[in-house]
Amino acid sequence: MLSVHDLKVSFATRQGEVRAVDGLSLEVGQREVLGIVGESGSGKSVAMYSMLGLVRDANASITGSVRFEGKEILGLADKDMQSIRGGDIGMIFQDPMTALTPVYTVGWQIVEQIRAHTDMTKPQAKERAIELLAEVGIPDPRTRVNHYPHEFSGGMRQRVVIAMALSCNPKLLIADEPTTALDVTTQAQILSLMSRLQETHGSSIVIITHDMGVIAEMAHRVVVMYAGRPAEIGPEIDVVRSPRHPYTWGLLGAVPRAGTRSQRLATIPGNAISPLDVPVGCAFAPRCEYRMAICVERPLMKGADGHQDACWLSDEQRITIRSSVGRGTS
Amino acid sequence: MTTYIIRRLISAVLVLFSISVMVFLIFFATPGVNPAARIAGRSATPQILAQVSKEFGLNRPLPIRYALMMYHLFIKQDLTSYVNIGDKVVPQITAAAPVTLSLILGAAIIWMFVGVLGGLIAAANRGKFIDPLIMFFGIAAVSVPAYWLGEVVNYFTQDRLHTSVFSWVPALGYVSPTTNPWQWAVHLFFPWITLAALYAGIYARVLRGELINAMNEDYVRTARAKGLSERRILLRHALRCSLISIVSLFGLDFGALIGGAALLVEVVFGLPGVGLLTYNSLLNLDLPVIMGCVMYGAFFVVLASAVVDVLYAYLDPRVRVVR
Repeated sequence: MLSVHDLKVSFATRQGEVRAVDGLSLEVGQREVLGIVGESGSGKSVAMYSMLGLVRDANASITGSVRFEGKEILGLADKDMQSIRGGDIGMIFQDPMTALTPVYTVGWQIVEQIRAHTDMTKPQAKERAIELLAEVGIPDPRTRVNHYPHEFSGGMRQRVVIAMALSCNPKLLIADEPTTALDVTTQAQILSLMSRLQETHGSSIVIITHDMGVIAEMAHRVVVMYAGRPAEIGPEIDVVRSPRHPYTWGLLGAVPRAGTRSQRLATIPGNAISPLDVPVGCAFAPRCEYRMAICVERPLMKGADGHQDACWLSDEQRITIRSSVGRGTS
Repeated sequence: MTTYIIRRLISAVLVLFSISVMVFLIFFATPGVNPAARIAGRSATPQILAQVSKEFGLNRPLPIRYALMMYHLFIKQDLTSYVNIGDKVVPQITAAAPVTLSLILGAAIIWMFVGVLGGLIAAANRGKFIDPLIMFFGIAAVSVPAYWLGEVVNYFTQDRLHTSVFSWVPALGYVSPTTNPWQWAVHLFFPWITLAALYAGIYARVLRGELINAMNEDYVRTARAKGLSERRILLRHALRCSLISIVSLFGLDFGALIGGAALLVEVVFGLPGVGLLTYNSLLNLDLPVIMGCVMYGAFFVVLASAVVDVLYAYLDPRVRVVR
């Protein structure tokens, strides 16, 4: 349904070219939930925004291919893109506090989107907005539809944003860290709401997050990104249970677990590399405990059964390392 | 919203009351100054001094003096100038006010229109040729003093080109719109443009900055993700939110201008407005007139800011919450 091939996004800056996304390829199937995970600055959000033409920086250069239902959408004229955005592809953003225009009622904003994509009259669209608000679990939607964004709490606002994203029955929903700005109990509610809506609406979801917990909760398949490149792609079970890439080992090791006693939280040594000087070879090599001489060359994605990763370690080496460290299995 | 308006008007009345008290105290209760001598002017006879003392109750307690003053100013409206003997203060102000109002209202319409349009066009064409061009004209209009621009305009329309291109421009002065609306507009045409130029320049620059900031806001990204057109995003989302700061700027400028800040333009174009009246009364130390003008100016500043606050609440729902 969505197929991305060798997507590259770079920005020309005074310090040189910043490669935010460097050769991302992925597929999203019908009714599939794909999780994209990576730390801040790994290019996961930029990749999604650039696909939809939401990167409007004059210094940005975007190459590659993005096909949505078989049709190339990268570089599509703004006018054609407008009918896809908000129509076939809905988006949910990270911070619900700032994602809504403060001077209009939430109903007005949902109606605006519905009327941009359908022929509904204003009263019809408003009825639909009320239905949507009810569907995402906002109590007393008939009153709340006339309220302004500042009259809602963070979690309720995110529900409004979700209702808006769903308003035109999108085939694909892109959620950019939808729970990051919310408190923990609200996070769980929003995630279960999204799972439920995904089942009833049957849409595909791409969920961007840095939280392995969200991945485990929601995703069918996972893309692990590091420094703008995919490090590992595979079914959620495989990636979480038997991760192959050293970066994924680090990510999973960094998830704090209840019941285990440790003095400090586990971290991946070193800092995320600056996108200004991504190495020619493996981007993770400078921080990798297991780097070898060959890591100055860029590894290709390889693997079987849809579980691929980009690392020079051989299967035997990985088995040895994982049995010696005893980490990475759940 | 209605509650908000009522509350705002009550507070405006309270502010006006405190201003009137303060103005009164400054004029009548400054220690070491004989108010009677001040009011009566430089060459007052003892008889006049006594008359002033009686009229303003200067030998009676302060609250009564305040009440007397307000009575003469607002109710009986017979406050009299002792410098130009016999000139009533209130009629002078009510004669000057329409001139100033005509000047400011017309100029305000022009500068809001030109400023908002200029800011919009510049922001929508950011980085293209037209953006720096508009901003250049903006900074030029801001930099040119209004009295200089007014004199230059007069030089061409009244003198150099008066026999050719500008033969339709009448002599300087003011014609009431009730006598001849067309002549009213023609007389005020160049004063309007002169006064509006400065503010249009400021407003275009401010609005451009606000719009460019707004276009980087998250809600604009949401609007794009909704599939709205760029024009709709600019006008319905970014402009609507940017207008909030333009309106507060407008309230301050409008109030100050009505209160007499348009003096220089009034002088250059020979318009007998409140600015000119205040200016002349200050030259003559004509205390009752000065007081009247200060009260009048305060009234319009407070009224304008109340109207702007109500408008503000209309534009920004977050303000409506009654605290």
